[in-house]
Amino acid sequence: MMKYGYFPGCSQTSSAKEYDISLRKVIEKLGVSFDEINDWSCCGATSAHVTNHNLSTALAMRNIMLAGQQGMDNIVAPCAACYNRLIMSQHEIANHPLIKKETEEILSADFKKDIKVFNILELFLKTGINKITENRKHELTGLKAACYYGCLLVRPAEITKFDDAEQPSSMEKIVESTGAETVDWNMKVECCGAAHSISRREIVVDLSKKIIEDARSHGANVMVVACPMCHTNLDMRQRVMKRAYPDHREFPVLYLTELIGLALGMSEKELGIDLHYVDFRYEDKVEDKTLVN
Amino acid sequence: MKIGVFICHCGENISSTVDCPRVAEECGSYPGVEYSVDYKYMCSDPGQNLIKDAIREKNLDAIVVGSCSPHMHERTFRSAAVSAGINPFLVEIANLREHCSWVHDDIEASTRKATELVRMAIEKVKRDKPLTKINVPVTKRVLVIGGGIAGIQAALDVANAGYEVILVEKEPSIGGHMSQLSETFPTLDCSQCILTPRMVEVHQHPNIKLLTYSEVVKIEGFIGNFKATIKKKARHINEDLCSGCGLCITKCPTKKKAYNSFEQDLAFRPAVYIPFPQAVPNIPVIDETVCMYYKNGKCGMCVKVCDRQAIDFDQKDSMLVADIGAIIVATGYSLYTIDKKSPDSKYKGYGEYGYGKYRDVIDGLQFERIASASGPTAGEIRRPSDGKVPKKIAFIQCVGSRDESKGISYCSKICCMYTAKHAMLYRHKVHDGEAYIFYMDIRSGGKMYEEFVRRAIEEDKVKYIRGRVSKIYEENGKYIVKGEDTIAGMPVEIDADMVVLATAMIPQDNAAILARTIGIPYDKYGFFNESHPKLKPVESTTAGVFLAGACHSPKDIPESVAMASAAACKSIILLSADTLEREPVVAKVNEDLCAGCFYCQKVCPFGAVEVKDIKDINGIVYKEVAYINQGVCQGCGTCTATCLSKSIELAGFNNEEIFAEIAAL
Repeated sequence: MMKYGYFPGCSQTSSAKEYDISLRKVIEKLGVSFDEINDWSCCGATSAHVTNHNLSTALAMRNIMLAGQQGMDNIVAPCAACYNRLIMSQHEIANHPLIKKETEEILSADFKKDIKVFNILELFLKTGINKITENRKHELTGLKAACYYGCLLVRPAEITKFDDAEQPSSMEKIVESTGAETVDWNMKVECCGAAHSISRREIVVDLSKKIIEDARSHGANVMVVACPMCHTNLDMRQRVMKRAYPDHREFPVLYLTELIGLALGMSEKELGIDLHYVDFRYEDKVEDKTLVN
Repeated sequence: MKIGVFICHCGENISSTVDCPRVAEECGSYPGVEYSVDYKYMCSDPGQNLIKDAIREKNLDAIVVGSCSPHMHERTFRSAAVSAGINPFLVEIANLREHCSWVHDDIEASTRKATELVRMAIEKVKRDKPLTKINVPVTKRVLVIGGGIAGIQAALDVANAGYEVILVEKEPSIGGHMSQLSETFPTLDCSQCILTPRMVEVHQHPNIKLLTYSEVVKIEGFIGNFKATIKKKARHINEDLCSGCGLCITKCPTKKKAYNSFEQDLAFRPAVYIPFPQAVPNIPVIDETVCMYYKNGKCGMCVKVCDRQAIDFDQKDSMLVADIGAIIVATGYSLYTIDKKSPDSKYKGYGEYGYGKYRDVIDGLQFERIASASGPTAGEIRRPSDGKVPKKIAFIQCVGSRDESKGISYCSKICCMYTAKHAMLYRHKVHDGEAYIFYMDIRSGGKMYEEFVRRAIEEDKVKYIRGRVSKIYEENGKYIVKGEDTIAGMPVEIDADMVVLATAMIPQDNAAILARTIGIPYDKYGFFNESHPKLKPVESTTAGVFLAGACHSPKDIPESVAMASAAACKSIILLSADTLEREPVVAKVNEDLCAGCFYCQKVCPFGAVEVKDIKDINGIVYKEVAYINQGVCQGCGTCTATCLSKSIELAGFNNEEIFAEIAAL
């Protein structure tokens, strides 16, 4: 059984609770177990990293430090922003002796242990997508998924060293292992507006609307994401979108883990899909109803 | 031995931080020094006369000049010494300017340092031996590698001076990239119209031997005495019999089997082809990878229609060896492509522009073909995907170039001009079309160049947007070009029908391999290096090898032609003498000491080390030793430092001399 340290991040306990629920259920089926970092804290995103550089680095490194102290060699950070903060901080510590020194002083620790941080895509690729195919209860035929990576999962390329920053394709491989089709589209790595969701909502509405319409026009009937922030903007903000664009038609947005969960035979309710603002029922998407058990 | 010491003030260059009279005075009492003096400008005529007179009056045997770098005036002082009867290699220069006065500000300390530098030179000159220049014969024939405009110009210049030329071109025809261009900036005259007469001239010139579809595979020897091995690839057509009627081409059943590389893959060609109608020579080539005969032994249509029996399926590659006096390398350039590269490539490609997946996102050379009357659209501007006339074209400059993150930091130099030209040609041909150019800076240095760009903006209403393009994607048959207008401070989005990328000029794929074959240095990109960036711009560091055109760095046509003529001139100078004088600063092996490990052969950057058999009295080889070809050796001393048995000595820089210098410090 493969074992990973788990850094949930704040979203997994609140706005993206269903991401956490579905992730835990899915990995259990795939023979992976998580060891949640005890006493984990904020990753240093958004408010921290715009306020104080030391604070954001120290917060991220605190979690990595705790993981090390608790005997973990690696951490999975399902939230793209957490993943980005953790690897960016590691990169800074590795490349800037002064930042390393200051952060070590703040945390009264030294960073000797090399702890690898994985994003959600890396987790499934490492677990083996054949495991998904093998454990699949049914093929998700009828689903045409637009895989959305957002800005943080693959950037900056020289630090993430993962997939291609402009034309990524790893999520497609995972999604296709569920039997769902993927579509080739233009906005895989466009910005959804991110934290402007709170302060400049109209920006988020415009950007997210473009992303959704591009997915739709390329034949997708569902969008798959791997980031709680993206999901908030693309799913929750569709209500506001409807006010700005009265002819807006709702478009379902799933977490990657929810999609895999469906293929593994779990129900929408089990996976928390009913918590979304835009309803999604796999049955509605399937032309051949006999495929659904 | 009587030594004279001459300390130069170099105006104030040296004397402002070095007390020159004191240096002269202190060195005057140094053992062996007969005469010591300082002077304001030692390189001036009175300064040189001071040296000459002193040599004669004081009967000096050797001199030391404390002055600027030997790169500047070593030659001057040696000549002065020679005219007064001293061997030029009994002249030593102590560099008191670059190595002392320019880099220090403490007068006391730098005066002491200057004195020591001069004393070191005195100790060396005491041990210097007179050397005589080496004479080598010269083969009066020039090898020109590359048949683009630079190679053509160089070949014609050398041939017109009365020397033989072998012009080697890897493609079936000469003409290079210039033959692909539509019109040329800043005059908009037709490229082929000005080029093809030159191509014909090359073909007909009695002094030029033209080898097309051929490659240089080996260069041996040294300046004036190279030996070149050239591979003539099998054309499968007998060049002596073929009349160039073209019947084989029209009758070949593989009509559109292969991409036409002359048309930048925008059109197709059959297995037997000439690259373009004005090809020189007008002799087709059969492409084995496409030809039916090589696939299944059948067809042979070309054999049937050729009434001169010129088709020769059994023809094999052949090798040709030629003696050469000088080499002109003019292998030109290729273009950066935006496609996905292997992870170890220094180039990164452009995922944000789709890694080349959009058919209407083309490069500059493709646009040249589309705009060319002889091109795949007969000169009508039509986009490749559906043949429609684009009503809006976005041109993007600096694609690949000036972008460290994409692998290239240099400016591709010609793109500002050709993009202005492209936009202009488009506006001339499609009157209701809109042309947008995204640029970083407009670099239009050159005669009538800036005026040309202004004409594009003012007369032809080309819209220039200062900013980079972050993304291109397709939407409903249009290409959405997202960029930034940095002057307006706003994002811009253009729904273009076609996008033309000014991709960077990069060296030919095999540039580094060719450089190693010839033995010339190249930069980190693969552009060949000149010997001196200002004063020897067409010489490579290998004696007798000259550079012309874009194989050296991005260049436009006039620059390539000028450089080609310069390289030709340098070759002609070399060939005009019957023998060559070489510097005697070369390495020599002590054959008794040499253990035959040949480490020297491994480290020699010039390939000057050969294996020599030492035979006993019965003529039986009992030992192999290193032998250094004095014609090839450049006197760098790498072998000397590497030699484990200390059996190699560099004339003028032997161990005794160097150790004496160090001991004097």
